[in-house]
Amino acid sequence: MTDTLHAPQQAIPADGGEPAPTRRTRKRSNYPMWFYAPAGVIYGALFVVPTFASFYFALTRWTIFDSEFIGLENFKTFFAEPYLFESLLNTLFYATFTSGAKVVIGLLLAVFLSSQIIARGYLRSVVFFPVLVSAVGVGVTFSVLMDPFDGLINKMLAVVGVEGPGWLTDPDLALFSVALVDVWRGVGLATLIYIAGIVAIPQEYFEAAKVDGANAWRRFWHVTLPLMRPATTTVIILSLIGGLRSFDLIWTMTKGGPGFSSDVLASVVYKQYQAGFYGLSTAGNVVLFVLVAAIVIPLFWFLNRKEVDQ
Amino acid sequence: MPFTLHRRRIALPAFVAVSAIGLAACATGTAPASSDSAEGAAGDEPVTLSLLIENSEVTVGIAEALTAAYTAENPNVTFDIEQRPGGTEGDNLVKTRLQTGEMTDIFQYNSGSLFQALAPTKTMLPLDDIATMDAVSDTFKAGVAAEGHVYGVPSATAMGGGILYNIPLYEELGLEIPTTWDEFMANNAAIADAKPDVAPVVQTYGETWTSQLFVLADFANVLAADPEWADKYTANEAKYADGSPAIDGFQHLQEVADAGYLNKDFASAGLDDGMRMVATGEGAHYPMLTFAFSSLQANTPDQVDDVGLFALPGEEPDSPLTTWLSHGYYASADTEHADAVKAFLSWVATPEACDVQTEAVGAQGPYFVEGCTIPDDVPQMVADMMPYFESGNTGAALEFLSPVKGPALEQIMVEVGSGIRSADDAAAYYDEDVKKQAQQLGLEGW
Repeated sequence: MTDTLHAPQQAIPADGGEPAPTRRTRKRSNYPMWFYAPAGVIYGALFVVPTFASFYFALTRWTIFDSEFIGLENFKTFFAEPYLFESLLNTLFYATFTSGAKVVIGLLLAVFLSSQIIARGYLRSVVFFPVLVSAVGVGVTFSVLMDPFDGLINKMLAVVGVEGPGWLTDPDLALFSVALVDVWRGVGLATLIYIAGIVAIPQEYFEAAKVDGANAWRRFWHVTLPLMRPATTTVIILSLIGGLRSFDLIWTMTKGGPGFSSDVLASVVYKQYQAGFYGLSTAGNVVLFVLVAAIVIPLFWFLNRKEVDQ
Repeated sequence: MPFTLHRRRIALPAFVAVSAIGLAACATGTAPASSDSAEGAAGDEPVTLSLLIENSEVTVGIAEALTAAYTAENPNVTFDIEQRPGGTEGDNLVKTRLQTGEMTDIFQYNSGSLFQALAPTKTMLPLDDIATMDAVSDTFKAGVAAEGHVYGVPSATAMGGGILYNIPLYEELGLEIPTTWDEFMANNAAIADAKPDVAPVVQTYGETWTSQLFVLADFANVLAADPEWADKYTANEAKYADGSPAIDGFQHLQEVADAGYLNKDFASAGLDDGMRMVATGEGAHYPMLTFAFSSLQANTPDQVDDVGLFALPGEEPDSPLTTWLSHGYYASADTEHADAVKAFLSWVATPEACDVQTEAVGAQGPYFVEGCTIPDDVPQMVADMMPYFESGNTGAALEFLSPVKGPALEQIMVEVGSGIRSADDAAAYYDEDVKKQAQQLGLEGW
């Protein structure tokens, strides 16, 4: 990037001399290009080739050993999947809900945990701790806790006289329950990003606001919040991508059930893969890839543009 | 970031390619070794055979007993048993290992339509030439044959699928074994009236596969009404949604669910819970396969003889019992010890091996090997199953007559039982679901 920008500037003073050789010598690096080769081979073999191979295999009927080219048939089947539309809505709900909740709760926790409170370091570790636990472990633990009859949550509710719902067995509630657990698990990371953002705000702004007579709320609203935009962008993008392709928690907690009521795109793809429909599930992955790209790239562009405007 | 998931999933083709290279290297490297073992099997050269089996109690018990007995007779042959999960996760694992050439010498897997999905002609060693193959029943061989070759020997006994019921409850209320669906519903009503605490029908959607029994175990009734149904189904000429008798299974589940006959924890209970309920009388009826007997033995040993079995009742009296073939033991095509493997599998199909099985896990049902007998004092469930076999009043499950089985039946049945979807809708939905499997197998007419 910098090379191409600099080259023309250098060429101008030369003015009709021999700009072409100058440009060439400027461009030449001290190191030969083939130093890139090992990284290129690894990137090519593990990423580029499989990605393009998947675009091809998405167009085939791929059994355990052969693949037969069938054009767009897989995409037709995938979109004709009766529960696909529902799973698409579930995916979007899951991604926006978890992402939104992580932004709001993460921000509030970060403000709280960066103020002068007792046991701040301890509380910060407590909030961050769930991030360190494997999603499968979290999923299994919560499916035991959320058991409608023997689970700790409903037993505690029963003590105060409330009959708890079937968190994971009620078709209307299952996806919501998993999303709550996802928020519990992921909010620590959002908080961490926000704390880093808050700490990076120069104290002078707060002091100046204080001198002007701003109370704590106004300092938060007019200083902290606007200066947190980059952190918010990061949290939204990361959690939205995570939410769109989320699979591990859903699979360990409900396996997409009851019925298909908590199925998301990734779990539909996985079930097709398990059934041996390799071509079809690859097509599903291509769809998932396009969906994630179609949502995240414009969003990223939009959020970053706002940032520059400020 | 958006690529991470993608990359992981798509690594498979590369992985296959890489392991194919590894495989080729293996094949050339071990060619002499395999001719060595040809003589080694007959001689005393020590050989260790690896074995991949499902992790259910009965399967593990049988495999451990068989291998121990075989090693006692042939001290040069030892075994290395590896366990895998069951269900779709197990299917996935077996397919991946076959595909990547990582399969053990011997593996245990379903017969019927699931066996066909493994491309047996490419992944397995034909076993036509093993010494005891003639003693294996033709019914079983039909379930493990592809393109004229037989690939497996039975790894257990035949199973039945029907309604397990609590005998003390039937005696207390003076109920008769129902022979038609209407009688069955009348019994349910009688139980609901007399015993409000007892669930007339037990369902366990914590383990989703258990939901399928109302449809799968009803198939002998379908077959009795239309013996050609399975062939028409394979040819895409018959559908579940076409109406009775095929759709009955879906409707029966909806009827019991609508009537409020299900146990209240149906959405979260599992197989062991279901078996406990029907053993202790918390539940009256539980549609299940007889292999669940091992759960009774392990968890409620005192109530083993309190659980009986009858065929899933259909519209006509004297419903036949839907039966399942046993799983099979298969030999991987990549095995380096073909002769030792065949010698072992040949021994598995002998009455001696059947006795070893019976001793290890009890009599679970009739064997598929000629000359095998089961003891007289069998548990009640198995005793109830025998008359159906003896009088020939049985019908094979659909998965042994047609390769077409959709992957989503269990979720669809959970929806019917939970009141999310109506039976008619569910049947049509399932017809749509099987289309993918038929196309994947390249069947005519789909």
